[in-house]
Amino acid sequence: MSNNTSIRRHTITALVDNEPGVLSRVVGLISGRGYNIESLNVGPTQDPTISRMTMQVPGDDRVLEQVTKQLNKQVDVISVTDLTRESFLNRECILVKIAATRKNRSEIIELADVFGGKVVSVQNDSMVIQLVGEQQHVADFLKLVAPFKILDVSRSGVIAMGKE
Amino acid sequence: MRSGAKCTIDALKDAGVKTLFGLPGGTVLDLFDELARAPLEFFLVRHEQGATHMADGYARATGKPGCCIVTSGPGATNAVTGLATANMDGIPVVCIAGQVPSHMIGNDAFQEADTVGITRAVTKHNYLVKNVDDLPRIIAEAFEIATTGRPGPVLVDIPKDIQRQTTSATFSGKPERRGYKPVYEGNSRQIAKLAAAINASRKPVILAGAGVIAAGASAELATLARKAKIPVTTTLLGLGGFPDTDPLALRMPGMHGSVAANRAISTCDLLISVGARFDDRVTGKVSEFAPNAIIAHIDIDPSAIAKSVRVDIPVVGHAKSILKELIPQIETQARKEWLTQVHGWQKEAPFIYDTREPRILAQYAIEQIYEVTKGDAIITTDVGQHQMWAAHFFKYTQPRSFISSGGLGTMGFGLPAAIGAKAGCRDRNVIAISGDGSIQMNFQELVVAVEHDLPIVVVIMNNGYLGMVRQWQEMFYKKEYSAVRLDQNLRARNEKLRDKPPGYLPDFVKMAEAHGAAGLRVAEKREVAPALRKALAMKRPVVIECITKPDDNVYPMVPPGASLSEMVQGLA
Repeated sequence: MSNNTSIRRHTITALVDNEPGVLSRVVGLISGRGYNIESLNVGPTQDPTISRMTMQVPGDDRVLEQVTKQLNKQVDVISVTDLTRESFLNRECILVKIAATRKNRSEIIELADVFGGKVVSVQNDSMVIQLVGEQQHVADFLKLVAPFKILDVSRSGVIAMGKE
Repeated sequence: MRSGAKCTIDALKDAGVKTLFGLPGGTVLDLFDELARAPLEFFLVRHEQGATHMADGYARATGKPGCCIVTSGPGATNAVTGLATANMDGIPVVCIAGQVPSHMIGNDAFQEADTVGITRAVTKHNYLVKNVDDLPRIIAEAFEIATTGRPGPVLVDIPKDIQRQTTSATFSGKPERRGYKPVYEGNSRQIAKLAAAINASRKPVILAGAGVIAAGASAELATLARKAKIPVTTTLLGLGGFPDTDPLALRMPGMHGSVAANRAISTCDLLISVGARFDDRVTGKVSEFAPNAIIAHIDIDPSAIAKSVRVDIPVVGHAKSILKELIPQIETQARKEWLTQVHGWQKEAPFIYDTREPRILAQYAIEQIYEVTKGDAIITTDVGQHQMWAAHFFKYTQPRSFISSGGLGTMGFGLPAAIGAKAGCRDRNVIAISGDGSIQMNFQELVVAVEHDLPIVVVIMNNGYLGMVRQWQEMFYKKEYSAVRLDQNLRARNEKLRDKPPGYLPDFVKMAEAHGAAGLRVAEKREVAPALRKALAMKRPVVIECITKPDDNVYPMVPPGASLSEMVQGLA
C-alpha cells in the first residue's frame, strides 16, 4: 500500500476553538500515528475565541490525508487545510546567538544585512540576530553563520497562509 | 439558584435520560445526593466497566443514548474500556465522571487521574467543567454530540467543587458548535451517480453496516434491495439491519464470513457500502478486495471514506435520507443471471457444523437458542469463537437484536450489555451468549440483574479454552498452545504450576447461585433445548453452562492478510 505513495513535508493549518485540551487533541492524533511534528505554532486569530495552529509534519500523503480528515472530525476543530496541495506563504522568525569577537563582528553584521536580519543584542563575546523569512531563507542563513559557532537558536515555528 | 450537582441531574432529565448506571465515590457524592431524589432508575454496578457496557447495551438495544456515572481516578480509569468499546462501534453513551476539586487538580490528589487526558483518544469528545455556569450547556452539548453524526461516547468530567457551587444558569434549545456540523443530506449529484451505477450494474452487492441500524434505515435498505434485486451482506455490527431469512441475504462477510458473501464481493461489479467502515476483518487483503467493482460508500462520517479501500462514489450523509432519495431513481430489475449465481453459492456453502458430533458444539447450542426463541430475542455476545457462531447460527431479522463488541473486541462485554439491553427492553427475551474465558471478565455484574429482577439468560459455551486464540495457535503457530487452556491439561510450558490445577474451575453453576441467579449445567445435546425452555420460563436471571467440545474451529476462515477469495472451509 505504501509503495505508490510519497513521503514529504506537509504544512497543515487548522482553525480551532481557543480552549484548553484542543492542542493536546490535535497533537495526540498526529503523534498517535507515529508521526513527528517538526514545527508547531499556535496563536489567536482576529477572533480571540479562535486559534490558528500551523504544523509541519513529514509523512505519507495518504496517511496525512486521513489525519486531516480525522482532525476535521474533532468537535473543537473548526477547519483544517493541508496547504501542501496549494500555493501558500510560509514564514519563520528566529533568534540566533552567535559567538562573535571584535574581529569578526562586522562580518556577521554584513551577512545579517544581506539576509534582511537585524542585530538585536551585542555582548562582548556574542551577538543575537533576529531574522524573519521563508523557511528556506532562514535555513540558508543558519548554514552560512554556522562556521562562526552558533551558541543558541530559538525558532517561532513556521506560520503559513494560503495565497487565495 | 441550583447547585452544579442539581444542574447536572436536571440536564440529564432534560436530555430524556430515564435509566442510569454507575457506582458512587468521593468526588460524586453531591451528584449521588441529588440522584437519590431524582425520578431516574439507577443501577448500582459492581465495577465501572460494567456501567459503561450497560449504558452501551442499553443504547444499542433502544437507540437512545446510554448514560453512566463514575467517580474520579480508578472509577474513571475503569470506565475507559467501555468508552473505547462504544467509540469503536459508534454508540451514543454519555459518561459523567467526578473529579477532585479544581484547586487540587494536578497535585496528585487522592483518587485523581487526568481523566480528560486519558479518555481523549477513546471518546468522540470530552469536557472538563471549569465553571458551574457552563454545566447546563455542556451536558446538553454532550448528548447532542453523542447522538448525532456518527454517534459515540462523550465524557463530562466535573470537579467536586463545581458540583457544590450554585448558579442561575440554564440552557434550552439546540446546542451549536461551530466546529461540529454533521452532514445529513447526501449530495444529490452523487446520489444520481450512484443510481446510474446501480441501474447499469449487472452484478451489484450491498454491504450493510452498523450505520443502517444507527440511522433506522432497515426498511429503506430492504426496499432498495428488493426493488433492484441486489444481494445484501451484513457486517457483524450490521446484523439485523437486513433480515438473514431473506433470499437476498448473503449473511456476514469477511474473515469468518459466508462463502456466498465473500464470493459475491470478489465477483461483483458494483459494491454499495451503506454505513460500513471497511474494517480489516471485513476486507481481508485490501488490494484484492472487490477487485472488479466500482465501490460506492454511503457514510455519515467523512473520515471513514477511502480510509482503507479506494472509493469511486462517495456519498456523505445519513443512510436513511440518502436511501430515500436514491430509491425512486432505481429501476426495478430481475437480475436473473446474477441471482442464480449467488443462490448457487448460498446453497453450496451455507454455515455448517458437524451435526454427527455426539458432544455439544456451540454451533448446535446457538441453533437451539434460535429454535427455542423462534428468533425473537436480543442476543448479546462476548468476543471469540462463540461470537462468530452467534453471528452464523442465529438468524437476525430485526435491527437492534444483535449486540456485540465489534471494533474493540471487548471480552466481558456481553453480560453487562445484556443487563443494559434488558433494562431498556423489558418485554424482550435477552440472551447473553458467552464463553468460559469472556464471562469471567465481568461476572460480578450478574448481581445487578438479580437485584433489579431482570430475567436475562446467560449461556456459557464452556470448552475449557480461550477458543479463538487456540484456533489461531493451531492454524498459524504450529499447535504451540501457549496460555490458552483454562483447565488442567495442556497448560503453557512456562506456567510453572506446582500442582496440577483441578480439571474444572470455576464452577459456573455455583457462581450463578452465589450471585443469586439460577444455574443449569448441560453436557448432553438432548439437554440443551429443555434447559433453554426452562430458563426462559423461570422469569429470573439464569446461567446455563454448556460443556462443549474443547477443540473446534470457526469456519469458513480467511487467514489473516489473505484476500476474501482465499477462504479455508471446515467441512468439505
